[in-house]
Amino acid sequence: MQYALLFYENSQQFMTREHDPETVAYWGAWKAYVEDISASGIVRGGEGLLGPETATSLRIRDGQHQVQDGPFADAKEQLGGFFIIEVDDLDAALAWAAKAPCAPYGGVEIRPTLTTM
Amino acid sequence: MTGGRVEQAVRESYGRLVAILSARGRDIGAAEDALADAILAALEQWPDRGIPDRPEAWLLAVARRRWIDRARRATTDEALSRSLALLTDIADEIDLAAPNFPDERLKLLFVCAHPAIDPAIHAALMLQSVLGLNAARIAAAFVVSPDAMGRRLTRAKLKIRDAGIGFELPDRRELAGRLDPVLDAIYAAYGHGWDSPEDDSQRHDLAAEAIWLGRTLVELMPQEPEALGLLALMLHLEARSPARRGTDGAYVPLSEQDPSLWSHARLAEAEAALASAGALGRPGRYQLEAAIQSAHAGRRLTGQPDRSTIASLYDRLYRASPRLGVAVGRAAAVAEAHGVEAGLRCLAELDRGRAEAYQPFWAVRADLLARANARGGAIEAYDRAIALATDAAVRSYLTERRARLMS
Repeated sequence: MQYALLFYENSQQFMTREHDPETVAYWGAWKAYVEDISASGIVRGGEGLLGPETATSLRIRDGQHQVQDGPFADAKEQLGGFFIIEVDDLDAALAWAAKAPCAPYGGVEIRPTLTTM
Repeated sequence: MTGGRVEQAVRESYGRLVAILSARGRDIGAAEDALADAILAALEQWPDRGIPDRPEAWLLAVARRRWIDRARRATTDEALSRSLALLTDIADEIDLAAPNFPDERLKLLFVCAHPAIDPAIHAALMLQSVLGLNAARIAAAFVVSPDAMGRRLTRAKLKIRDAGIGFELPDRRELAGRLDPVLDAIYAAYGHGWDSPEDDSQRHDLAAEAIWLGRTLVELMPQEPEALGLLALMLHLEARSPARRGTDGAYVPLSEQDPSLWSHARLAEAEAALASAGALGRPGRYQLEAAIQSAHAGRRLTGQPDRSTIASLYDRLYRASPRLGVAVGRAAAVAEAHGVEAGLRCLAELDRGRAEAYQPFWAVRADLLARANARGGAIEAYDRAIALATDAAVRSYLTERRARLMS
């Protein structure tokens, strides 16, 4: 089965990326995770994303383009990156999600991809 | 041959066959549909031709064939290729000539109570997939419409299929965390809760089914003390069901029940299960709850319940599992062992916001205040308890208690 692991980070973690003295630890944890999951051979794609303050949202309503500053939902946790992985089942995907550095602070959403169907 | 015998033969096999088919195909809904076709064929053919030597192999062979027929009719390429891939697995892995089929029901129970599935539907999923109860019967017990229950069950089964929940047993490290929702779902199916007097026939019927699930779990995990504890708990509560209502249908609280009406066979079985659990040396929530019931049941031998043992078991249970229901039960037990004032103090420590809408909180508080001669407070608490009671017999019991204070 193919799954998307969607990594959600809180605003604190997004801040830490650039400003905090903990920034070294933050990137170190992600680097280790990315190396680990890549070495396992299950990764089919993925990227880290810049913070939600860089996001632009578009909707078309009644033929009108509505472009907005910011992400769709004004939620505490925002998408910070994703992987597409190929594993046997949900429990295997959950095990990888549990290792993500954001799991204890933000969270990880696991979705099967359409190609699985 | 009678239809009853055919139904019994099918019934015994149902959960095992759904488990085998769905563990291979990873699709409970498709497994149930294929098995339903096979059962229909059995009900048509067996009464005339006799039950085959190996009814399970017969049902499995027909179900597998029907699943293939259904898959061939699949309309989309994706659905077809998925079905065919799964069916290859089913064909390869199930040896119809084998003397015994693997018992996959434990995997099915863990899938039904997987943390990725809404806990509110765990019990209903187990009752349907392991015991073959139909949605209408489950709906009646859960007090929702058959349509709504059918939709929720279908949605859960699609989630299991589409999210790719594997039919694997959790490994040893995860087992403790994964077992609790299985136990909780079986207990939820039992549905009686703490001395609940709900005994209309449909609910009661479901209690028997839940005990069957509990026995199945013990059979599959004989070394798991909490599975034994849960079975002991359900059997203890069930043993008392003949004493829960007076001859006039009125609610009889545990302290006023006639122990000679309790089922001695069930009590003996409950005690045996609890003793086996204790011998494994790993206490837990369900064993403690069963031990409390066992201490109450001791009254039939001694005339008096062992109040201080009950209170100290409640203390341990409350530490292990600080739920509101346990807290209220503990307050009542403390009042019995150490006096009404001590019980009231336990109630006063509870978060009022949570307790406010909980009927047993008000019923226990009313009783304790009445015994402490605080008439005004007791009447007020009875009013709250009566307003929150969903069971008519409980309501009239409380109303009668309240009336005694007025005279």
